[in-house]
Amino acid sequence: MSRQSNRTTDSKKMNSELFTLTYGALVTQLCKDYENDEEVNKQLDKMGYNIGVRLIEDFLARSSIGRCQDFRETADVIAKVAFKMYLGCTPSVTNWSPAGDEFSLILENNPLVDFVELPDNHSTLVYSNLLCGVLRGALEMVQMAVDVRFAQDTLRGDNVTEIRMKFIKRIEENLPAGDE
Amino acid sequence: MADESLFDFLHMEIVSHIYKEQQSSKEEMDNKDRAVCVSVLESMGFRVGQGLIERLTRDSPSFKDELDVMKFVCKDFWTKVFRRQVDNLRTNHQGTYVLQDNKFSLLTQLSNGKQYLDQAPKYLAFSCGIVRGALSNLGLDSVVTAEVSVMPSCKFQVVVQKL
Repeated sequence: MSRQSNRTTDSKKMNSELFTLTYGALVTQLCKDYENDEEVNKQLDKMGYNIGVRLIEDFLARSSIGRCQDFRETADVIAKVAFKMYLGCTPSVTNWSPAGDEFSLILENNPLVDFVELPDNHSTLVYSNLLCGVLRGALEMVQMAVDVRFAQDTLRGDNVTEIRMKFIKRIEENLPAGDE
Repeated sequence: MADESLFDFLHMEIVSHIYKEQQSSKEEMDNKDRAVCVSVLESMGFRVGQGLIERLTRDSPSFKDELDVMKFVCKDFWTKVFRRQVDNLRTNHQGTYVLQDNKFSLLTQLSNGKQYLDQAPKYLAFSCGIVRGALSNLGLDSVVTAEVSVMPSCKFQVVVQKL
């Protein structure tokens, strides 16, 4: 069977679709299992956390990035290396707080929400909340406690997707893994 | 474009979550609980398979017959979803097909020995659903099961349901 289109871009796109569709199936299942959006958001965050604590190792192995000197460097690495590597997009880093402990990642387009529309009865669902958990889990494994949340979401009518990240503290001892 | 490893991580976490939720207050899972987990995973995979096959075959001409459909699943579809082709396709020409993948992509992360053999079916349920969903949108109603005897090789059995 010969196909005219470029095989490599096709296969990357298909893997992207596999991921996007699987994520959609997950959110649908969670909405069925839990009564309200708040609960679904919490579960997505928890699952994201579990993924994040493993993803960080994959990231460090593949990117050979060294230790970041400060939170600004961390922000750049997240936006320019991590997001590029895993989601194929590079969000911009903006809206730094005066103390330098909080910033926003602005994504023009969020790959998780391809083909997705939120029905009216799920207006408080943070569809991509898994991402917040992933970032939180990954950073915890490199000794940073952060708070991550969505400030804007294209699925809920905003123009862009904005993730707000706030540095809470440096983690000194080894914490046992998991929010399980 | 999402990286391939993201699906692997997500899939592992989904399996873990479904089993944890089912177990919740009990000490041990019984067979009924396991069946529920497998069925939930399989139905999630079903919807994903339907979506994937729609995207993949948007511009292709229709298939000549059932065997043609199965060959497409073994080559193009398997390559796009599981990053390789099926190694061996057998059929009794009466609606039963066995697809053998010697290095199934969702099992390669688990160790090759016997240690996790009994855990393997958990990681195959979603994929069975994907195959069943794909076939369903290609016009074939089927029952798809999978078995593993030697990791990471596994066999998917497809039994096409005649109307």
